[in-house]
Amino acid sequence: MSAAAAGRIRTPPNLPRVRAPFLFGSLLALFILLAARSVYLQWIDNAFLQEQGSSRYSRDLEVPAHRGRILDRFGDPLAISTPVKAIWAWPEKVEATPAQLQALSAALDLAPSALAAKLAAGDDFVYLKRGVAPEVAARVAALGIKGVHDDDEYRRYYPAGEVMSHVLGFTGDRDAGQEGMELGQQTWLGGTPGSRRVIINRRGEVVEDVANIRSPREGRDLALSIDSRLQYLAYRELKAAVEANKAKAGGLVVLDARSGEILALANWPSYNPNNRTRVVRERMRNRALTDTFEPGSTLKPFTIAAALEAGKVQPSSVIDTAPGTLTIGKATIHDAHREGSLTVEQVIQKSSNVGAAKIALALPPEKMWSTFSGVGFGAPLKSGFPGEVSGRLRPAKTWRPIEQATMAFGHGISVNLVQLARAYTVFATEGELKPITLFREAGPVAGPPVIKAETARAVRHMLEMAVAVGGTAPKAQVAGYRVAGKTGTAHKLEGGVYVNKFVSSFVGFAPVSSPRLIVAVMIDEPSGGQYYGGAVAAPAFSNVMGAALRLLGVPTDAPVASILPPPEAPEVQEET
Amino acid sequence: MLKLNVLLLCAVVACSLSLVTSRHQARKLFVELERERALAHAYDVEYGQLQLEQSTWAMPARIENVARAQLKMQLPGAGRIQVMDGSAR
Repeated sequence: MSAAAAGRIRTPPNLPRVRAPFLFGSLLALFILLAARSVYLQWIDNAFLQEQGSSRYSRDLEVPAHRGRILDRFGDPLAISTPVKAIWAWPEKVEATPAQLQALSAALDLAPSALAAKLAAGDDFVYLKRGVAPEVAARVAALGIKGVHDDDEYRRYYPAGEVMSHVLGFTGDRDAGQEGMELGQQTWLGGTPGSRRVIINRRGEVVEDVANIRSPREGRDLALSIDSRLQYLAYRELKAAVEANKAKAGGLVVLDARSGEILALANWPSYNPNNRTRVVRERMRNRALTDTFEPGSTLKPFTIAAALEAGKVQPSSVIDTAPGTLTIGKATIHDAHREGSLTVEQVIQKSSNVGAAKIALALPPEKMWSTFSGVGFGAPLKSGFPGEVSGRLRPAKTWRPIEQATMAFGHGISVNLVQLARAYTVFATEGELKPITLFREAGPVAGPPVIKAETARAVRHMLEMAVAVGGTAPKAQVAGYRVAGKTGTAHKLEGGVYVNKFVSSFVGFAPVSSPRLIVAVMIDEPSGGQYYGGAVAAPAFSNVMGAALRLLGVPTDAPVASILPPPEAPEVQEET
Repeated sequence: MLKLNVLLLCAVVACSLSLVTSRHQARKLFVELERERALAHAYDVEYGQLQLEQSTWAMPARIENVARAQLKMQLPGAGRIQVMDGSAR
């Protein structure tokens, strides 16, 4: 070092003159770059780092929303969701001793071989068991097996089990509705989980709410029109009737005649919605709403009503039904029993096919069609039940005379059981057709008038005669109450041919002085020796109607003694 | 001037400390709130389960069984029912 260097800094003569400014410049440029980068990260493109930072202290938590309950008309729960656990595993990460595996299979009530199969399946995620009780999940967690975890989920329980299963349906994965009202009212019942952002401390506890990202929307409760007590009664009696008659299936509907509410709707065969592992799809069908059948004679009152409305007959007009057959073209209509001359009232009372056909043929097809269509046949019920069918009522223009004649006693037309029950509201009221509903109503509901009040009263009287001794259904009588109703015994149609299998039905209402309830019973293919509606369906009607009226505290309108069970009263038989 | 500065410094320190404590307090209260919420949820769940249990015990099918089998009750026949005139009350 020369002495001059201590005096002042000077470019060594042997260095190029540009070197110092170059170095200075490049260092400056680097600093500017750093500053620019930090400005960029701090103010312009800060999302990534913000996210990284917040992920170290904040969490988005899901706020669960539960599914609404389904209640009966008194608020008793019919379906409740309750949290359960799903036990799942990462098979490749599972490290367990044989003793632990044994304890696991015991806790989950799963055969050790089944457990081993699940773990050996080679998937990277497998449910060991879903819907287990929280206590069981706690026991599993206490085993501390690596790779076995649990998740929260909801499971729906149906306390009424098989009694109510067809109305309610059930939920499937993620507690979403899959059948019945659970499906039909999914948007009302289902909740939407919310989400919130929180700050957690190092122990994982939530210490602060930062933001509410999405508020949860809880599912709403749904009040049905079903009365649990009547539903049980309906189910019990239907089951007994189907079993006593060795029938294939059956349906029973109880309607409130004043409001059109469905108070009970039972089907057989049934299933337990709480345990569906081995249930065939067939049993899950709500036949009363999703299946149609040819109703047979239960339709005759509507033919008579159409004729009365058109002024073609009076209740006391005489129809000659001898000799019990009527030939139209190539087809012949038969009566199950021969009668001579019958009044219109007796046509209903004795259920004469020939009489009903003759009355129908006196009517213009359009008139008959408008009455049938007016009481709701061939049109959707709009019950809100998924899969509901509307049946078939062909336009009047296409009717041939034989078809009009058979339609008079309920063949060549198809309806579902609820439609049939609802159509009877015109006779149970002063001619009003009540709208049907599965939801609770506050009081009586008005419906459109379909027939004149005097027609309704006249037919009501005929229906009461059908239940009296000398009619087709004395077994439908109820002690203490005046009952009106009509039997049906229809041949089944198989592949376009009527076969010797029957659908026996009975539709009626009571008390006649001020009708409160309409009950419709349908028994499919009774094979216990008897198949007439008056022998198969009427007793079930009587049992349900009697118990229901007593349960509801409806005042009696007939002397109790008069209804001592008819001592094998001669019963008029009928077919269709 | 110095006196004022010292005073302000003390004020700032005091403020900061109170901020820290109130912040801590807030978090403690919040944790408590969370615990209560979890408890409320647990009660909710339990309520649902109890409702379920109650309605399972109260099912008409079970009541009928108990009435018939254990209590030996039966429905009176039509001849044994007497209907009272409600208007007489």
